Amino acid sequence: MKSKKLRLFLVSFAFVIGLSWNLSTETTEAFSEQVIQQGAVGDDVIELQARLQYIGFYNGKIDGVFGWRTYWAVRNFQYEFGLEVDGFVGETTKQALERSTEYDQQYVNQQINEGQDFTHYGGQDRDQEGQETQAPSPTAVNVPNGFSQNDIQLMAQAVHGEARGEPYEGKVAVAAVILNRIESSTFPDTISGVIYEPLAFTAVADGQINMQPDESSREAVMDAINGWDPSAGATYYFNPDTATSDWIWSRPQIKKIGKHIFCY
Amino acid sequence: MIRWISIAVLSIALIGTVVWGYQEHQDKNAVLVHAENSYQRAFHDLTYRIDLLHDKISTVMATNTPERLSPQMADIWKLTSEAHADVGQLPLSLLPFNKTQEFLTNIGEYSYRVAIRELEDEPLSEDELNYLAELYEQANEVRRDLRGVQHTVLNEGLRWMDVEVALATNEPGDNTIIDGFQTVETNAESYIEAGDQFGVTASTEDEKELQLDGQEITEDQAAQMIRDRFNFDESVNIQVSESLDGSQLQTYNISFENGDTRGFAEMSKKGGHVITFMMNRDLQDAEISLHDGMNRAAERLEELGYEDMEPMETTQYERVGVYSFVRTEDDVYYRPDRIQVKVALDNGEITALSARDYLVNQFSRDDVDFERNLSEEEALDLVNPALEVEETRMAVIKNDLDEEVLTYEFLGRANDSTYRVHINADDGFEESIVRLKQSEEIFQ
Repeated sequence: MKSKKLRLFLVSFAFVIGLSWNLSTETTEAFSEQVIQQGAVGDDVIELQARLQYIGFYNGKIDGVFGWRTYWAVRNFQYEFGLEVDGFVGETTKQALERSTEYDQQYVNQQINEGQDFTHYGGQDRDQEGQETQAPSPTAVNVPNGFSQNDIQLMAQAVHGEARGEPYEGKVAVAAVILNRIESSTFPDTISGVIYEPLAFTAVADGQINMQPDESSREAVMDAINGWDPSAGATYYFNPDTATSDWIWSRPQIKKIGKHIFCY
Repeated sequence: MIRWISIAVLSIALIGTVVWGYQEHQDKNAVLVHAENSYQRAFHDLTYRIDLLHDKISTVMATNTPERLSPQMADIWKLTSEAHADVGQLPLSLLPFNKTQEFLTNIGEYSYRVAIRELEDEPLSEDELNYLAELYEQANEVRRDLRGVQHTVLNEGLRWMDVEVALATNEPGDNTIIDGFQTVETNAESYIEAGDQFGVTASTEDEKELQLDGQEITEDQAAQMIRDRFNFDESVNIQVSESLDGSQLQTYNISFENGDTRGFAEMSKKGGHVITFMMNRDLQDAEISLHDGMNRAAERLEELGYEDMEPMETTQYERVGVYSFVRTEDDVYYRPDRIQVKVALDNGEITALSARDYLVNQFSRDDVDFERNLSEEEALDLVNPALEVEETRMAVIKNDLDEEVLTYEFLGRANDSTYRVHINADDGFEESIVRLKQSEEIFQ
């Protein structure tokens, strides 16, 4: 009777231990298998930045985006530890990092989730409160050089207002026209200047620009900024069915995409 | 009794409506006046600045010492840029006014170049003085025309709101303001060419027609090439249309639909080069890494026959990886010859590619021999000493004058920022300094 109870206790004890061990390996498991490189985002980058900061190679913000500062930190780390200096975080670099640093995932995630400014240097006092934290989301995003998320939002609104219902390439082309105008000497030099130029876009004149853009308009804007231009350098476009200006017809026409004719 | 009550109620309702209507009318008027006022301000600013510009050009012509000339030129540059911004605030985008704007840009460009050059060693030449005299005349003409329009506007109380309405409804018949601006534009058309010899004619039109190498292909061939390239069977619907007459490069525009993927490709009529393609479908969560995506992109480029392409920039935007590859030759990076590749990170498919820059630059480049007079150490000495240079390579870039130059490219750090500096390998000129930025915090 007594031994049975003991056995039951032992079994359940072992079970609990096993469970918690399982849990702990799940939460502290280091890096996934991917090679991390410049431009990457996500949990692995958070861990990378935290570990690099732990031993003082990285003093920027742990934001989950592999930017230039992280890049230089990785290269310095690779140099100091006698690894190949290439800025790619592969198997050997990860192992060297794991050997030389600790990563308190719980602490880091908690700080990020609470939106606090914090550092993760080794040997520094931290409150160890054992509560589960959910995975943090990065606090920064990649943006193309020279553009802010807000610029992209504004352009997406303009594209959505102007080219809703057009094929995807038509949306990219409209976004490209906005960018081509910024480059052109005969138009204003800023995104807002081009978009809000009086009479330049009907969607601006009738307020449709204030609608929330859909996902595909946003993607179209990103594609245009990243170098795709289905309009082939156009600075004007018009809908031949509704165009009210005669002058617009006199421009050299490049091509028709969806309902719009694009021209120089 | 009921009758009296209803009369009372109805009269109150009537009075209420009248009051409400009057207030609405007042509000609308206030908004109109407000809009009109900002147009008026932009217009009067414009005329004032053109007038000032004209004055400044004449002052420059009478200035002798380089120390005075530089700031005067910088002033002109500032004025043209302000005038340019004024034009952008007027409802002129449906009116042909681009020649005048080009004229302004050309003055600005020219004055900027003179302002930054070593005037001690290289004073204004005879030709340039003649050019200035010409600009002076032309600016005078624009000034006089605009002041004329301004006089009419003030005298007759003309409103820009009417211009807006006339242009929006395409009845610019007898609008004095529109007529005035058209006169300015007609005059401006005649005086663009003069700046050619100083390389400042920033004409956006009349660009030379582009030609790629190869055999002319037909629409059917183009469709078949797309089928072969993406392994489409006959069930995939492909539509081909030709580019229009004004296009600098004659192309086929091809759209296709394969299941839930919609795609678009642009192919040159000559040679059947795929200039760009993009496929659009709903993406799942990212499964493969940015790094794997890069390897796939590199493989694909090689399959397509683009050799010696090196990744220059790799960036993950949520579910896609965007890669910029440039051509290398003898360890020199040809930055103008770039190809953009987009990879869906859910299954590693190449969803978009743009080789426009690559093709256009490849085929329009004449054989060039770049001079290299500087060693890497000499070039490094020309970089700001505060910059901690980490990486060095040779790169061909397009400089401010839109010419290709061979440079030493240095990547370096200073004050927590990363910079890319290009030093001309021939004469050591610091061609460009760019602060590299890659991420932005998420605003909550």
